[in-house]
Amino acid sequence: MTENIIEVRDLVKHYPVTQGIVFKKTVGQVKAVDGVSFELKTGETLGVVGESGCGKSTLARVLMNLEKPTGGSVHYKGQDISKLSGGALRRLRRQIQLVMQDPYTSLNPRMTVGDLIGEPFEIHSEVAPKGSRRGKVKELLDLVGLNPEHINRYPHQFSGGQRQRIGIARALALRPEVIVCDEPVSALDVSIQAQVMNLLEKLQNEFGLSYVFIAHDLSVVRHLSDRVAVMYLGKMVEVGTEDEIYERPTHPYTQALLSAVPVPDPTLRDNKAIIRLTGDVPSPISPPSGCRFRTRCWKAQDVCAQQVPLLEIRRGSDHPSACHFAEKRAIVATHQA
Amino acid sequence: MSDILVSEQSAPGADGSGRPSGRLLEVDDLRVEFRTRDGVAKVINGVTYHVDAGETLAVLGESGSGKSVTAQTIMGILDMPPGFVTGGQVRFHGRDMLTMSAEERRRIRGEGIAMIFQDSLSALNPVFTVGFQIAEQFRIRRGMGRADAKKRAIEMLDQVKIPNAKGRFSNYPHQFSGGMRQRAMIAMSLALDPEVLIADEPTTALDVTVQAQIMDLLGELQRERQMGMILITHDLGVVADVADRIAVMYAGRIVEEADVYDLYAKPAHPYTLGLLDSIPRMDEKGQELRTIKGLPPNLMNIPPGCPFNPRCPMAQPVCREKVPPLLQIGSGRASACHFAEELVNRD
Repeated sequence: MTENIIEVRDLVKHYPVTQGIVFKKTVGQVKAVDGVSFELKTGETLGVVGESGCGKSTLARVLMNLEKPTGGSVHYKGQDISKLSGGALRRLRRQIQLVMQDPYTSLNPRMTVGDLIGEPFEIHSEVAPKGSRRGKVKELLDLVGLNPEHINRYPHQFSGGQRQRIGIARALALRPEVIVCDEPVSALDVSIQAQVMNLLEKLQNEFGLSYVFIAHDLSVVRHLSDRVAVMYLGKMVEVGTEDEIYERPTHPYTQALLSAVPVPDPTLRDNKAIIRLTGDVPSPISPPSGCRFRTRCWKAQDVCAQQVPLLEIRRGSDHPSACHFAEKRAIVATHQA
Repeated sequence: MSDILVSEQSAPGADGSGRPSGRLLEVDDLRVEFRTRDGVAKVINGVTYHVDAGETLAVLGESGSGKSVTAQTIMGILDMPPGFVTGGQVRFHGRDMLTMSAEERRRIRGEGIAMIFQDSLSALNPVFTVGFQIAEQFRIRRGMGRADAKKRAIEMLDQVKIPNAKGRFSNYPHQFSGGMRQRAMIAMSLALDPEVLIADEPTTALDVTVQAQIMDLLGELQRERQMGMILITHDLGVVADVADRIAVMYAGRIVEEADVYDLYAKPAHPYTLGLLDSIPRMDEKGQELRTIKGLPPNLMNIPPGCPFNPRCPMAQPVCREKVPPLLQIGSGRASACHFAEELVNRD
């Protein structure tokens, strides 16, 4: 059960910044993902957290093979996915599916639910022969908790939470092994969010799915994830089990991020150790030298500007952290009961 | 802060005599509907709340609960039509704003009550500099000259901790980051020193670390100026951090109002309880989250009786027949549930 289904090594994705209309010249690179390595084990959920612009959605796009990496590799069961083409690529696409963030724009308003969920079968006709498709779609609707009778309805006839269920049903249609969830619940209200999270968990148990769960909401990630990776400006700064990251964070950014999460308990108001970061995230076009967090870090020393800290297990800790001065620090973690 | 007089509240100042009722801003049995081609949506069905100087009232609710429409009605920026105010009052210092002349209302906006919005990029005008948009208020409302207005605007930018305020004065909104734009909007709303600030989801579009900065700033400015603040949000975490009192809205009604500590410790409405239960908690990891089943009602077709009854685990026949009024239970709190007492007294 512990074999790696996806292995990412030194993944780099840069987008060129161009100037000029006829004679385009590249004036810089947006370093969206800049050297990220991790692995996803069969049946586990890897949470990826970070703020906007840290590269988590770019990571999702590269994992889906929607973007070719600038450098590094993504291996699915030992195959380098960026080197596949033709039939092999099509077979791979069956295995990795995506659930998108915005259930309002990710469903074509002119297609019925039956067509939307059935569309993957058009491309991968080996999964469901033509005659059996409607039956399969109805099964899928039932599976995600929607009424199979509603197969002929259009997306606008559903609420946000129901649309997200349609998106999940579509991702499940081809029986994939990995589902990349890019902020699947952040557009939903609290009461609906919990319903969708329960559904994701139920499906994982039923089909043995592996999830890459990308979100900015730390409590949502904590609830669903076995392991958590924290990203900042295109790099992973800390990786560990859910417990290691939330209870014993060693990277200053993780600590600041956790302490900034509002705790839904007014009695903790005054005894929270709050780390307030100043300023904004620097531009990914020209990230700071050395450690990228140093411009906002209260521990920064000269060495932080000169040496890029590697993501490795540091002294006094049990999980990798990319900080020269990694150190445990107790944080009133999110949502203590 | 301790006495929430739910039914008696309408008495003082209600005659529109301008007699101060002691309350800064009161919303009293407000009713708003949207008349559309497809039918009438009853968006606000009798909302009553108030805010005093120096306190923070959080209005908590999910999308479609009517929390933003209430705020827009207070500010007088509701689109009419399709919106229609069909009843109730909004009193500022005891005077009903809904019956005032447009000119009188205009004078209250900005100086009496100001508002900050969720989406700072669309709330600021993209073709004018940020500085100009702040200075404009000083020129038009205070009759200052350009140079003086500019000086004051830079002071405001400085107060909201925008680094290099002088240099930033002539930047356009798109040159600011999300957090800075929100700061600029706060500067703009506070320029005329309002007594009440309505913050409509001020941090929803921001990252958590920036959210923490903005909430700190808002709290600081509020304490300095002793403003009353209405914080509209759906985030139970933010509310727990900053609110004094909370009003929970559902389907255009206040279903519960309580002191922040009471509400989190012992919710008196099944909807509030459901909301609190659906937050992922660390001691229940791996377990199924408790959810509120079903969906919020269609506002064109609100179920009879208690609007929450189809989703409520405690619903009884009476809930399908009688609309529970918002009644005081215990000291300083109110709930619109037939079984509020049972809920609060259970262990």
